[in-house]
Amino acid sequence: MYAWIFRNLPGPLWFRIILALGLIVGAVLLLMNYVFPWLSQYSPWTESTIGLMLL
Amino acid sequence: MTQVATRRRRKPSVGQRLLGGLGEILITLGIVLLLFVAWELWWTNLDANKAQQEVTAQFAQGLEVGPALDEDKDFGPAPIAKIPDNETFGIFYIPRFGKDFAHPVTNGVGMDVLNTVGIGHYPDTQAPGELGNFAVAAHRQTHGQVFWDIDKFQTGDKIYLQTAEGFYTYEWRNTEIVEPSQGEVLLPVPHEPGSEPTTSILTMTSCHPPFTTRLRIIAYSELTSWRPADAGPPREIADLVAKTMKN
Repeated sequence: MYAWIFRNLPGPLWFRIILALGLIVGAVLLLMNYVFPWLSQYSPWTESTIGLMLL
Repeated sequence: MTQVATRRRRKPSVGQRLLGGLGEILITLGIVLLLFVAWELWWTNLDANKAQQEVTAQFAQGLEVGPALDEDKDFGPAPIAKIPDNETFGIFYIPRFGKDFAHPVTNGVGMDVLNTVGIGHYPDTQAPGELGNFAVAAHRQTHGQVFWDIDKFQTGDKIYLQTAEGFYTYEWRNTEIVEPSQGEVLLPVPHEPGSEPTTSILTMTSCHPPFTTRLRIIAYSELTSWRPADAGPPREIADLVAKTMKN
């Protein structure tokens, strides 16, 4: 899959390396800014409040 | 040798290519999972710290503070702080958590509050200065990890709260570990349903042990003194308050 993407990038080798790095950075930023914040509402890891049923 | 070289150049079969593709997908999922952990433990802190600094600065703009008067005058009983719905109403200064620790406190304990602006006030509990329990929550880790050092309190430690009314000084009393369902720590007198409160306490709640949500750590402090805003901040935090007000 990755080999296929790399083969199909346009331009000379140095340009394809930069393009590939750009794609990786873009994918990470997309995950960090949009995907993970959305995903975290299903994450049970950050609960720090306490039951309020007695109040 | 030549045989190996020719075999390498041979085109991979459909099965090999499928297996290779599956391997790549699995490696990708592994990396994404690690990235999610990095996001949770590190990236959320960057976002939350920025948001909390902005909220602190914004709230500080609306406050008037007198010069730090170098006197230990007793200003009598503290007034009850006004707590508007879903709004930031104070700044916590906790020297034990760091000499620059200044974080806003906002009414509400939904994830919208805790994940961005940090410390949230349980809306059904009492206000600062009121007899009973002024209870707050914050994350132990992730999203600014505001209460990371909640287990480090020592005898004599002060917790300062600045509101529009002035400065409330609390002194740490004790810490306990409870189950997440033990809401009785938020009662006007913790663990004593129906008891009439005779003191004003501050209850801080967070996760325990760190990096889990298995239990809750609860730190209790008692309101010991109060200074009106125009009398200036308590000496121990005078520099930090001046810095916070300037930002």
